Amino acid sequence: MSWIDIGHIDDIPLRGARLVKTPVGCVAIFRTAEAEVFAASNACPHKAGPLSEGIIHGQKVTCPLHNWVFDLNTGEAQGADEGRIATYPVRLDGERILLDGHAVGKRSAA
Amino acid sequence: MAAVAALPRDAEICGCNGVCKGQIEDAINAGAGDLGAVRAKTKASASCGTCTGLVEQILGATLGDAFVLPTAQPVCGCTDLSHEDVRRLIKSQALKSQEAVWQELGWTTRNGCHTCRPAVNFYLLADWPLDYVDDPQSRFVNERNHANIQKDGTYSVMPRMWGGMTTPQELMAIAQAAEKYGATVKVTGGQRIDLLGVKKEDLPAIWHDLNQAGMVSGHAYTKGLRTVKTCVGSEWCRFGTQDSTGLGIALERRLWGSWTPHKVKLGVSGCPRNCAEATCKDVGIVCVDSGFQIGVAGAAGMDVKETERLVDVRTEDEAMEWTVAFVQLYRENAKYLDRPYKWVAKVGLDWVKETLADAAERQALVERFDISQSVYQKDPWAERAKPEVARRFHPLADLTLEAAE
Repeated sequence: MSWIDIGHIDDIPLRGARLVKTPVGCVAIFRTAEAEVFAASNACPHKAGPLSEGIIHGQKVTCPLHNWVFDLNTGEAQGADEGRIATYPVRLDGERILLDGHAVGKRSAA
Repeated sequence: MAAVAALPRDAEICGCNGVCKGQIEDAINAGAGDLGAVRAKTKASASCGTCTGLVEQILGATLGDAFVLPTAQPVCGCTDLSHEDVRRLIKSQALKSQEAVWQELGWTTRNGCHTCRPAVNFYLLADWPLDYVDDPQSRFVNERNHANIQKDGTYSVMPRMWGGMTTPQELMAIAQAAEKYGATVKVTGGQRIDLLGVKKEDLPAIWHDLNQAGMVSGHAYTKGLRTVKTCVGSEWCRFGTQDSTGLGIALERRLWGSWTPHKVKLGVSGCPRNCAEATCKDVGIVCVDSGFQIGVAGAAGMDVKETERLVDVRTEDEAMEWTVAFVQLYRENAKYLDRPYKWVAKVGLDWVKETLADAAERQALVERFDISQSVYQKDPWAERAKPEVARRFHPLADLTLEAAE
């Protein structure tokens, strides 16, 4: 693990998401509760819909293009849809959001 | 039911998701015993919903007497309550926040889902405009980003053109914005101009440019007032009986910014030749020599339906009052995602007419509409073009920069 500080928790609205550009592509950081965050690939495996623009409910996100629903713990599509999004280690240190640099393809972290 | 029973197993039932009759039958035989279960298993009727009746008929044909057509559908899997129940309880129990709805009405999920949350958000803001604060995170992407997302993740941007009128200055500003942000230009069916292919990061900047030329959001992305289509009316047309353009502009300026259960489109035609196609709108006004014929509950989308006459009035002020009162009655009573024609079919045009015929009730509806407008009639583009808000349209961090070492 190499934790990189990517921002303040309040940079992401409650039940909202923001993007982080990484060497493995755009990663969406989801804020599912006051102090609960998840990180996953931004692209829906169906038609590449931007998941960071989806409605976030519980620990799930609904793709804005065709309503595929993903569990942010596992990345697995729910219901009849089959597919999975990559998830990445992310945690809170107080009010700072830390993302694992190794997991998103950064070779050397600061 | 007989016709559906006779269909072959490979007959496509759901055109949105490509689901055949056989897949639906297999899901039912594997235990999916109601519409919700079939939707969850197969996605049939889970997109636009027009094949819902067919899916229910397949349920009936497969299960026989074991299938009882439900009278009131629950909002979603988070609750057993119907939309109508939820609306009634929000009013009667004075529930003024999402948390109150989840707790008092026994929601089974932490904070709803993509189906119920936008509906509850609308019901709360429509019933308690001064108490409830609109929640952008309970809105579909288009209403949150104030532009229409396209299949490639870019957005389309559509400034308002009041009553379909514009000026050379506005057109030059639109042309400059199109060039600057590399947009494709499309003329829409609602008498305005769409700029397609704009990147999310560029939205605050293009809004700022359009704001500078005096234009505001056209709300082409909302369950709210869209356009008021007009003809040139008595100002230009040799047949025009009234100033249909002027009335259309006045209506649009009064109604814009209001949130409604589904989108609302108006039309005003200057004579019965009806060049503005007013008779297939949610509210369509046809001007005649003696005044204004107000029709409601038309449709020209998934269904095509002519408006039904609400009332004939003599003056523009009366036409305005009846239209605003009708829209407010719809806002206060309809199920989320029912267009006015669907709502009127449920409550009956006679009930709508009776309610609005009472002058005091009409006035009260107009007053409640104006209270809501005191909160919601503001340009969302201007608010988000400010630098501190515009930052949210950009990535939180960029970790690719040093990776190039």
